[in-house]
Amino acid sequence: MFQGLTFDPVELPPAAEALRREVREFLRGALAELPPEQRAESWTGFNPEFSRKIGAQGWIGMVWPKRYGGQERSSLERYVVLEECLAAGAPVSAHWVADRQSGPLLLRYGTEAQRTAILPRIARGECYFCIGMSEPDSGSDLASIRTKAVATDGGFIVNGTKVWTSHAHHCDYMILFCRTGEPGADRHGGVSQLLIDLQQPGIKVRPIINLAGDHHFNEVVFQDHFVPEGNVIGALGDGWRQLMNELAYERSGPERFLSSFVLVTELVRKIGPHPSEREAIVLGRLIAHLNTLRGLSLSVAGMLQAGRMPDVEAAVVKDVGTLCEQEVPEIARSLVPCEPDPASPDPFVVSLARVMSHAPSFSLRGGTREILRNLIARGLGLR
Amino acid sequence: MTAAENLLEAAAKRLFATHVTRALREQAENGVWPAALWSALEEAGLAQPALPETAGGAGGDLVDEATALIAFGRAAAPVPLPETMLAGWLLAAAGLPVPQGPLSLAPVRKEDRLTLVRRNGGWRLAGRMTRIPWAGAVTGLAGLAETAPGTYAVAWIDREAYQAAPGRNMAGEPRDTIDFADIVLPDNAVAMVALTADDLYRRGALMRATAMAGALAQVLDLTVRYAGERSQFGRPIGKFQAVQQQLAILAGQAAVASRAALGAYEILARGEDAGFAIAAAKARVGEAAGVAASIAHQVHGAIGFTHEHELHYSTRRLWSWRDEFGGESHWQAWIGRRAATLGADSLWPLLTGTLDG
Ligand SMILES: Cc1cc2nc3c(=O)[nH]c(=O)nc-3n(C[C@H](O)[C@H](O)[C@H](O)COP(=O)(O)OP(=O)(O)OC[C@H]3O[C@@H](n4cnc5c(N)ncnc54)[C@H](O)[C@@H]3O)c2cc1C
Repeated sequence: MFQGLTFDPVELPPAAEALRREVREFLRGALAELPPEQRAESWTGFNPEFSRKIGAQGWIGMVWPKRYGGQERSSLERYVVLEECLAAGAPVSAHWVADRQSGPLLLRYGTEAQRTAILPRIARGECYFCIGMSEPDSGSDLASIRTKAVATDGGFIVNGTKVWTSHAHHCDYMILFCRTGEPGADRHGGVSQLLIDLQQPGIKVRPIINLAGDHHFNEVVFQDHFVPEGNVIGALGDGWRQLMNELAYERSGPERFLSSFVLVTELVRKIGPHPSEREAIVLGRLIAHLNTLRGLSLSVAGMLQAGRMPDVEAAVVKDVGTLCEQEVPEIARSLVPCEPDPASPDPFVVSLARVMSHAPSFSLRGGTREILRNLIARGLGLR
Repeated sequence: MTAAENLLEAAAKRLFATHVTRALREQAENGVWPAALWSALEEAGLAQPALPETAGGAGGDLVDEATALIAFGRAAAPVPLPETMLAGWLLAAAGLPVPQGPLSLAPVRKEDRLTLVRRNGGWRLAGRMTRIPWAGAVTGLAGLAETAPGTYAVAWIDREAYQAAPGRNMAGEPRDTIDFADIVLPDNAVAMVALTADDLYRRGALMRATAMAGALAQVLDLTVRYAGERSQFGRPIGKFQAVQQQLAILAGQAAVASRAALGAYEILARGEDAGFAIAAAKARVGEAAGVAASIAHQVHGAIGFTHEHELHYSTRRLWSWRDEFGGESHWQAWIGRRAATLGADSLWPLLTGTLDG
């Protein structure tokens, strides 16, 4: 029966607010030269130099144990670092996936050897991860994946194709989600997560150019690629359950409503100090949405910190959040008549063009809107 | 939520469930005062949860007030509970005694202005007050009146002292008109206060937003339940994905509403400036109300469009409350102007409550 969704209150501890000032100060300096069109890339901007700087500050893997290069800080402090980066349009993409997902996965299920070899490098901002889940015939229906790892002497031989793999061409490792056994009746058995060293033979990474004209994601083809036994993450065949535990983290963060924030800032700049009644109303509505979304997202962060698994609540954050992110360019253009131009010298116009061309992906990546709503409906007891 | 708050929530839910029946709501819409419900609320300490015991309250905090308001909104209870709290807050802020019984306040609209002028050792009250909630049914009103431009006093106006021309909102809640022309109040019924009409309006907006969050939770419950009960094409309509997706949106709006309202209350409870959070909450919850009511009625089909079905007690309240104490556009414009005045580089500090940092 339907229990209702829970969004507990959360208050940022004083340490987090002190850290916020530090992060803001740091970003002011580090991003001074970053042009607006790159800020508008938000968390898809890939910049190893910046990631190493952030790593040197101790702001990657900051909740991890010190012996793995972490800082043992709270996840609410981490939240503050993330939201400050996003608000400023920092190019965080290189370390984003490792910090959010792959590192925590290794910490939770990885072997000691995997952790000591990799986590400190992630934390220093010099080791990057991509996610190998989607395939040409498996998008939302992830249980139907066909990429297969077959046991051989001392490891596995992998064959198959992954697609839409963000930044695979820049990354050191992939967390590969693949078939290692029979699916079983619920279709969720026989899948595993393997740590893939992308520099090893038997892997071809081919660019897929996105609609904005950028090389961001890739097709990754495995051809008799050998994976040593020691690279299995967690238990063989337990991949589905392990993956489900990542989702609440993946879906509830501030990146689910701040992808267009740089454009909102430029919009306020464009409108200036004396808005018309209509401008004030439209802008105010957007800001009210953002404020509420931040409350929801922070609440989920608090519940995760408390050891709960609010996956339905996280789906709500992503569904409502991405709707708002996607509305931003539509709102911006309704207030400031202009032709979006990705090469314009005007920071507003160029941000508008960037965000507009990225917006369709907001409600696809990380689980489509419809899949999230299915999940929420299940939470309501309807499925 | 602490254990004490959970207790309060459970107690409030039980109380409303016992008293608020369909018959009670119908009678109330026909002008019958629900006396038993009201005494139960007072006995349970729910009428003034956040006032100190010395002022006749239950000695709780603002989170208790929010909890009570959510339960009130959920129950679609036909009583002036938020108004009583608001009046209690005004009277207590001015150091005036807070009477027992249901209370209301004036003004409740931006356009209306109440004034007090010194006259023959007393105070002369003037102003035409419109849409005053429950004015005919309460013990009296707390008026926030200007004694000079920008200077305010709170006045206790006993029910005996005025005539209320009855009116109603969409939900059938009394919204009356009072013409204060020749009323003279004794000295001890008036006290200066460090609050403005804007402060009162904002506090009213927060209370409406919070009650709406409760009503939205109820609308979600009713709709999810109905989708499980009603069958068409051989299965419960809740098994159709089109219906599920709509219910998922509705759940999102309900979640947004309660976090927005409670979030604003939490800031207020910490003694911080909650002006922006309240404006954002009223604007956002009002928008959620429209979306939610529309989905709920769609999923309910024709039965939800009948007077017989209980859904309208919640949806008519949502349609009324979203425009009381400022509709969405009022608060959106307030936020927009504030953001524009602060400038682009202060937008993020505004959102994170770090404007001075
Ligand atoms: C910018 C970007 C970056 C990405 N990066 C990565 C990455 O790094 N690694 C990775 O593995 N993947 C990545 N993806 C892939 C992403 O996870 C998939 O796009 C997503 O899971 C949806 O799969 P699909 O695109 O095949 O769409 P499909 O699953 O084919 O869906 C098409 C449409 O059908 C709808 N649909 C499908 N099933 C249902 C259903 N049961 N009920 C209702 N509607 C349904 C969907 O909601 C959608 O609207 C990325 C995608 C984008 C856009």
